Amino acid sequence: MTNHWIDIKNANVVVIMGGNAAEAHPVGFGWVTEAMEHNNAKLVVVDPRFNRSAALADCYAPLRSGTDIAFLLGLCRYLIETKQVNYEYVKAYTNASYIIREDFEFNEGLFSGFDDKSRTYDKDSWYYELDEDGYAKVDETYEHPRCVWNLLKHHVDRYDFETVSNITGTPVEDYEKVCALIGSTHVHDKAATFMYALGWTHHTKGAQNIRSMALVQLLLGNIGVLGGGVNALRGHSNVQGATDMGLLCQNLPGYLKLPNDNDTDLSTYLENYTPKALRPGQTNYWSNYPKFFISQMKSFWGENATAANNFGYDWLPKWDLQYDYTKHIDMMYKGQVNGYFVQGVNAINSMPNRNKTLAALCKLKYLVVMDPLATETSVFWQKAGEFNDVQPSEIQTEVFRLPTTLFAEEEGCIVNSGRWMQWHWKGANPPGESKPDAEILSGILMKLRELYKAEGGVLPEPIEAVNWAGYHNPHFPHGEEVAKELNGIDLKTGKQLDSFSQLKDDGSTSCGCWIYSGSWTEDGNMMARRDNSDTSGKGITPGWAFSWPQNRRVLYNRASCDVNGKPWDPKRMILEWNHGKWHGIDVGDFNMTLPPKESAHPFIMQPEGVGRFFSLKMLAEGPFPEHYEPMESPIGTNPLHPNVVSNPAVRLLEGVEETLGSHTEFPYVCTTYSLTEHFNFWTIHCRLAAISMPETFVELDEILAAKKGIANGDWVKVSSKRGSLLTKALVTKRLQPLKVHGQMVHTVGLPRHGGHNALTRRSYSCNVLTTEVGDANTQVPEFKAFLVDIAKAEGV
Amino acid sequence: MDRRQFFKLCACGATTSAISALGLMPGTAMAAPREYKLLKAKETRNNCCYCSVGCGLLMYSYGSNGKNAEKAIFHIEGDADHPVNRGALCPKGAGLVDYVNSPNRNHFPEVREPGTNEWKRISWNEAFSRIARLMKDDRDENFIEKNSDGTTVNRWLSTGMMTSSAQPNEGGFITHKFARSLGLVAIDTIARN
Repeated sequence: MTNHWIDIKNANVVVIMGGNAAEAHPVGFGWVTEAMEHNNAKLVVVDPRFNRSAALADCYAPLRSGTDIAFLLGLCRYLIETKQVNYEYVKAYTNASYIIREDFEFNEGLFSGFDDKSRTYDKDSWYYELDEDGYAKVDETYEHPRCVWNLLKHHVDRYDFETVSNITGTPVEDYEKVCALIGSTHVHDKAATFMYALGWTHHTKGAQNIRSMALVQLLLGNIGVLGGGVNALRGHSNVQGATDMGLLCQNLPGYLKLPNDNDTDLSTYLENYTPKALRPGQTNYWSNYPKFFISQMKSFWGENATAANNFGYDWLPKWDLQYDYTKHIDMMYKGQVNGYFVQGVNAINSMPNRNKTLAALCKLKYLVVMDPLATETSVFWQKAGEFNDVQPSEIQTEVFRLPTTLFAEEEGCIVNSGRWMQWHWKGANPPGESKPDAEILSGILMKLRELYKAEGGVLPEPIEAVNWAGYHNPHFPHGEEVAKELNGIDLKTGKQLDSFSQLKDDGSTSCGCWIYSGSWTEDGNMMARRDNSDTSGKGITPGWAFSWPQNRRVLYNRASCDVNGKPWDPKRMILEWNHGKWHGIDVGDFNMTLPPKESAHPFIMQPEGVGRFFSLKMLAEGPFPEHYEPMESPIGTNPLHPNVVSNPAVRLLEGVEETLGSHTEFPYVCTTYSLTEHFNFWTIHCRLAAISMPETFVELDEILAAKKGIANGDWVKVSSKRGSLLTKALVTKRLQPLKVHGQMVHTVGLPRHGGHNALTRRSYSCNVLTTEVGDANTQVPEFKAFLVDIAKAEGV
Repeated sequence: MDRRQFFKLCACGATTSAISALGLMPGTAMAAPREYKLLKAKETRNNCCYCSVGCGLLMYSYGSNGKNAEKAIFHIEGDADHPVNRGALCPKGAGLVDYVNSPNRNHFPEVREPGTNEWKRISWNEAFSRIARLMKDDRDENFIEKNSDGTTVNRWLSTGMMTSSAQPNEGGFITHKFARSLGLVAIDTIARN
């Protein structure tokens, strides 16, 4: 979230699209009803299903799953056409006036530079035209045909109401109402917030779904202001922290990059990731990259990181391909992987294409499962009727199941969606011999050190060098000492740092994760603070926990004022330039020693300091979003460009294309979702949750049910190209067929909480059906829009 | 107090008892037994482990902090001081004590030997030793020090890791250091999911 949960109360319009907060984030949704009751806010819900959030909405519009980009680009067109644009904001704080290279093109669904064979783009043309100093050229008159504003207008011009309705199935009259409500926030004294979750990310163009919404928010001037923002409602309690910790195949903690084969040495690496300013007078905060990175290497390798060995740079593994879990499970399936650790994840229920995942696990030499619960993953080798049809004697995998603690049995910090780092305390010992993950991994590492010392082996140096010496007990690093390490210390004085502005690139500071700097200073644990006072009344509680970065509660908050430092809306004042100084209720997201005009580039992480309508080379499938059909399209064509139906830049691993079904064989759209009673596959092990929602089902509309002779509660078989499952039918009015491109499209919905080894009734897990094809950037699988067939069946 | 006053007081007390016997006790007195129960408990602050709203929790456990008294959590409720949830919890959060005390918790390190159909309890030491052995054999055999261009790449692709999105940051950082020092590239979280 750029903003935070309580800030939702400041919104005038709340848009829930690509999520269902009332169901999946119920207590956070309380701030939506707060805004409706006390700020006269309107709630807009756009979803394929009339869900629990929709039940409270002022305005609900259905759309076909996988068509959000068409919906949002149509909204951009409407805003521009009706002049419901915050022009002052757009002129000051976006790249609307920047000129794009002459060789940039968009034709028939493809941007310039596409290579058919590799399914990738040569992105050279997706860039600004630069002047002789290397700065981007701009045209303040907005007359240049290739300035971003004119390119954007041209790009969205195709998305008129009829075209949008034809693709999305949203009736034009519903669409107009949504457009008008959201458009009403283009004025300075109104703001809209967008709340989204997996409903936007679980698509082959998930990142572009979110980009499309960001375009809307930039047009309306809604980013960096109270009650606005781009607000991802994250899933797991600490998935924000896990992402901050860089637990992804190409990341290091603090959104630094794991080097790849082209980063041949430290200086090349630093040059590749330290951007040069694209406009004069920029903060360009990533210019500090070397300070963040060298300090992190000091934290990784301790005294073993020296200038002489390039701070241990060579010890870091370099990647040649994106080894995300889909790719790695594919490698496992092809026999190229021997060992796998599964830590706190029920992989066999969570990964797309369960049958393939099961076959892949069977090929492992060893599997280590670390979990507080007896998951299906840990017993993948056990036969469980048709739910897990295997022969244990044929599976040669050595499986270890290691009991771990859970939240109540360990201390530490977890980070909520609003970037709040909250400290928690241990309330009891875990059952039996369970241990925290940190203790388990340290135990294995110490054994590895012993083995390498005794026997030698390949490259033992990093295993010996990795900094465990700083922990009081190398067999069990405590949360407190690791938290201090994450904050960072001055190695000369031994003192905790106050802020990442103190980091150095000469090895004299150590810091595990630069964005966490300030969370544990010489004054103590800032994450454990519990002063809940909100003196401004705007929901900003600077004394409660610590909000990264720098205890800042609203990101990009420089954009809440005009270039002269005057708040756009006095009632929404975050910061204000007054008597030669900045004053306000939040920590400024800029150098607060600079006067207004010199700091008037709120997006300080960008080398040009502005919000991007045109995203340059950032994303795989284009600098503007474009509507592409899901990989499995119920209409089998793209009405905008029939030759480019789905995202041209998705990765298709060998053999995966054959696992995709067509709309002639599998005519119905299937979407997965969560229920309020359950959290993924954990609560199926909790008695109360298991009683309140004891089994899974498939939700379908009345017309489809009648056509198939299916009554409420009947057993049905749902099948995709990848597999089939049996479950019970839930026939509701919440789903309605939509008229799309001349045909009626039916959507069915599947809750994702099935399991066969829990306290709930034994159920199939919905990933029997889902496809592993993912977003072209993130590889998040398309769980929200794939094709199935459905038929009445005999029960189990 | 003289004898007369004493009788008066007794009569008063009897009346009060009679009122309480009739079920006319005031509200505060009715709530007293519950307060009394929690007063004996130890209160620990925590945050909900499910979604990312990060609701504040109060966890109540038995145990006097004495050396031989084992704490056990018997009740979890919302923290009224917390500025986001203000004491509220959703149906999942309200049932958290069933997660802590789930009958399906793992208790001991176990191994399932290749081709068999059962778990075997092992010690932590055996678990660490056997896992380290398997890892080292795989790493030594498959570690890639240089790519075909001769660039140092130091990666180990034949083992991977799916990491937790529920453990605290500190465990996450230890996980990261553990994985990268061994040369693991294929680490991922459920953030993609």
